Amino acid sequence: MESDGRKKMALIASKGTLDGAYPPFVLASAAAAMDMEVWIFFTFFGLTLLLKELKAKVSALGNPAMPMKMPFGPKWFQNLDWPMPNLLMAGVPGFETVATALMKRTFKNKGVATIEQLRSACLESGVKLIGCQMTMDVFGFSKEQFIEGTEIGGAAMFLEYASGADIQLFI
Amino acid sequence: MAEYKVDMELDCRGLSCPLPVLKTKKAMDGLDSGKVLKLIATDPGSVNDMAAWTRRTGNTLLDSEKQTGEFVFYIRKK
Repeated sequence: MESDGRKKMALIASKGTLDGAYPPFVLASAAAAMDMEVWIFFTFFGLTLLLKELKAKVSALGNPAMPMKMPFGPKWFQNLDWPMPNLLMAGVPGFETVATALMKRTFKNKGVATIEQLRSACLESGVKLIGCQMTMDVFGFSKEQFIEGTEIGGAAMFLEYASGADIQLFI
Repeated sequence: MAEYKVDMELDCRGLSCPLPVLKTKKAMDGLDSGKVLKLIATDPGSVNDMAAWTRRTGNTLLDSEKQTGEFVFYIRKK
């Protein structure tokens, strides 16, 4: 593969939750702003991050250290960590929707970009987004469901690029 | 701190990582070589981030200073 002298980063995004969505898009947009070439390979549940309408949520399930904060009221109140039993909450219907809304509000309060904003920044700055063909087949996704500019590929395509990249991360 | 002739000012108050970096990059793309951008941010992480960003991109971090709860950066375009 031809090298243009730029640093290269290769990411695998394997998670479709909100907390799984931030790291790849934050790193990719920042790397592009640092003049790096970036590819993100979306596989398994990470593939849902390519959908035109993002549905990423936070889940208490499997996230025992997740702090539960309230995004309103005075600062001392907002900084409280609510001692919610993780395993219990994970089983409450609608909890993910509520927790996602609260976390999105907290993020907004803190001046954090939305996933949509970061994803747009990635596309604008030339980050290459690649959907995993195998996962698409497994879950029944078609390319038309993904945002404009998405490419489709497999393991060999990623590995060829990653073998020449300076940074490779599995998220 | 020295005075710089500022060609563009960028307000990133209240924004968290990576937005100050992304907005700085965009603003700098619109400047000619040698011009100076003044960036104001409140994110404490921006101190190390802007130092790294300028090193990586070849632009010059002329100065950075802390004012009451704010960080001010002067960056000269490569």
